[in-house]
Amino acid sequence: MSRLLDVNDLKVSFKTYGGEVKAVRGVDFHIDEGEVLAIVGESGCGKSVTAQSIMGLLPKKVSRINSGRVTFNGKELLGLSKKEMQKLKGSDIGLISQDPMTSLNPTMRIGSQIAETIKKHTDYSRSKIHDRTIELLDLVGIPNPAERYRSYPHELSGGMRQRVLIAMALSCEPKLLIADEPTTALDVTIQAQILDLLKDIQKRLGTSVLIITHDLGVVAEVAQRVAVMYAGVIVESGEVEEIFETPNHPYTWGLLKSVPRYEKGKHEKERLVPIEGSPPDLFAPPAGCPFAARCEYAMEICLDQMPDPIKTSDTHQARCWLNDTRAPNAKDFVAAGGSDV
Amino acid sequence: MSDALVEVQQVKKYFNVGRNDSLKAVDNISFFIKKGETFGLVGESGSGKSTLGRTIVGLHQATDGRIVYNGNDTSLVKGKDARDLNRTMQMIFQDPEASLNPRMRVMDIIAEGIDAHGLLKGKKRKERVFQLLEKVGLSAEHAKRYPHEFSGGQRQRIGIARALAVEPDFIVADEPISALDVSIQAQIVNLMEDLKEEEGLTYLFIAHDLGMVKHISDRIGVMYLGNLMELADSDSLFDEPLHPYTQALLSAIPVPNPKEASERERIMLEGDLPSPISPPSGCRFRTRCPHAMDVCSEVVPEWREAKENHWVACHLYTNEGGETNEGGETNEKVDL
Repeated sequence: MSRLLDVNDLKVSFKTYGGEVKAVRGVDFHIDEGEVLAIVGESGCGKSVTAQSIMGLLPKKVSRINSGRVTFNGKELLGLSKKEMQKLKGSDIGLISQDPMTSLNPTMRIGSQIAETIKKHTDYSRSKIHDRTIELLDLVGIPNPAERYRSYPHELSGGMRQRVLIAMALSCEPKLLIADEPTTALDVTIQAQILDLLKDIQKRLGTSVLIITHDLGVVAEVAQRVAVMYAGVIVESGEVEEIFETPNHPYTWGLLKSVPRYEKGKHEKERLVPIEGSPPDLFAPPAGCPFAARCEYAMEICLDQMPDPIKTSDTHQARCWLNDTRAPNAKDFVAAGGSDV
Repeated sequence: MSDALVEVQQVKKYFNVGRNDSLKAVDNISFFIKKGETFGLVGESGSGKSTLGRTIVGLHQATDGRIVYNGNDTSLVKGKDARDLNRTMQMIFQDPEASLNPRMRVMDIIAEGIDAHGLLKGKKRKERVFQLLEKVGLSAEHAKRYPHEFSGGQRQRIGIARALAVEPDFIVADEPISALDVSIQAQIVNLMEDLKEEEGLTYLFIAHDLGMVKHISDRIGVMYLGNLMELADSDSLFDEPLHPYTQALLSAIPVPNPKEASERERIMLEGDLPSPISPPSGCRFRTRCPHAMDVCSEVVPEWREAKENHWVACHLYTNEGGETNEGGETNEKVDL
């Protein structure tokens, strides 16, 4: 598999009245061809900003990319002109955003909105564009695509609108699909439909997908690899099984424990284990590990210094001192997922 | 039902839309909430669960039917008794940002109920607010701050303190955690469980997150398009869901476990929620139901106790072992 997207040491900050917010503070990750990567994290952790920097969608006036390289298919994205970026958007990279209502034009028929994208990026004839649009509506599972071509967004339900957005993102067969919380605004039964559709499309077209979500359930459902983000840094990354079965970072442990687990026939009530406290202020991020203040296992070094990613397998790495070889006593403890050995 | 604190009897809530249409948000629902229990109400958006919650506390006037609280029909209570009734029923709202007045200090937000009911004044009022803040995990010094100075989780704690201020017996929590981050959700759920113990509260917990509802509730009601489809205690509802809608809903929850996620069989529902202005005839779920039969479009299924304390409205369970072998056949499939 070859590298499709490579993000290196990305740092993004925003100017606000209160000072400079360091939203993304050195993020590295990559996506191979045909792979699904999930970035998971809570609100304010910088996951959406990361996606927006890749797409060149950050608000120019208030944001600044302080450092970093984003290479897509061997091409550096960060310095591209608006025109070059626009050519890439839509044709090579497709975007699905969270709220399907605000990302569609309410005054245009959905068919025309999809056709517009195709027209911009190809030299197809009018009838071919029309046929392709209907083919796309069919691909994303919209019933009676020829009739639906003429519908306005308000005539469709939330799930259907999200399908239209997916059709639009797929219109020029992009190599990479970026989905920013694609199911957060939807109900569970509709969420299941959309996730199924995404998986199906990924399989059929071999598109790489970067999915951004806060929901560990969604991650387990669609992702092959996972990056867990906290306070602007990726604290842990690995194959999906590694993250869920042998997580190596206390924040990941906390996330997994704070969701109620249900097993059939298990009736005794267990108390939820929350992560106490709240995420740090990114106006003045802490010098050491950003999670140290909420971490039960924090050591002195955690307050001063954050470790570089420590590898535990070829694919699995975490930024936590507990994984350092100089912390030998922590080994069994980490292997047990943070519970008492 | 002597142990019932709240009885909902054939309650309907219609909203007028346009000239002759009405939106049947809640249509003929009956159930009761026992004293001291947590009753979970789940359903997708548009199912009418919030409207039902609001109707129960009196924020909406029911179009038809009765809400009996502690043995009294709430619509007949007048004057001072009505004020007292308002005091005993409180609500916690979904969006802690929108439900706190940004121009009021936390002190006055929390004391608003105390002031409205004229319960405490001066120093005592202040002390009570400090005590409440500590109860919900904040501190006395927070009282002079404004809502914007708090995080989402802290704001929800303020909303809870406000509801507790007038010493209610019954609290309707309408999606109290859905606007919060995962790690904070668990904090709030634990807080609500502790408060229930300490204050002897009864909760109606409305949410769409089935995992959390299962965790917090003793009994759960499942709503779809203004109707109650199934009601049972939370363990048997999850172990043995009877209604096809509940089965689909449960199988749609994404599980945070990749192995399980890839192995389990999903019941995928086709299509979307129909319009509540002109709901399908007969059973409202039949347009999306994988087991729909002819009878489903003709007859509204009866609300009946299919198993002990397990209520369901579905034609699959109307003739147990009866002449409809179709029903029997599907019963087996349902067991999957």
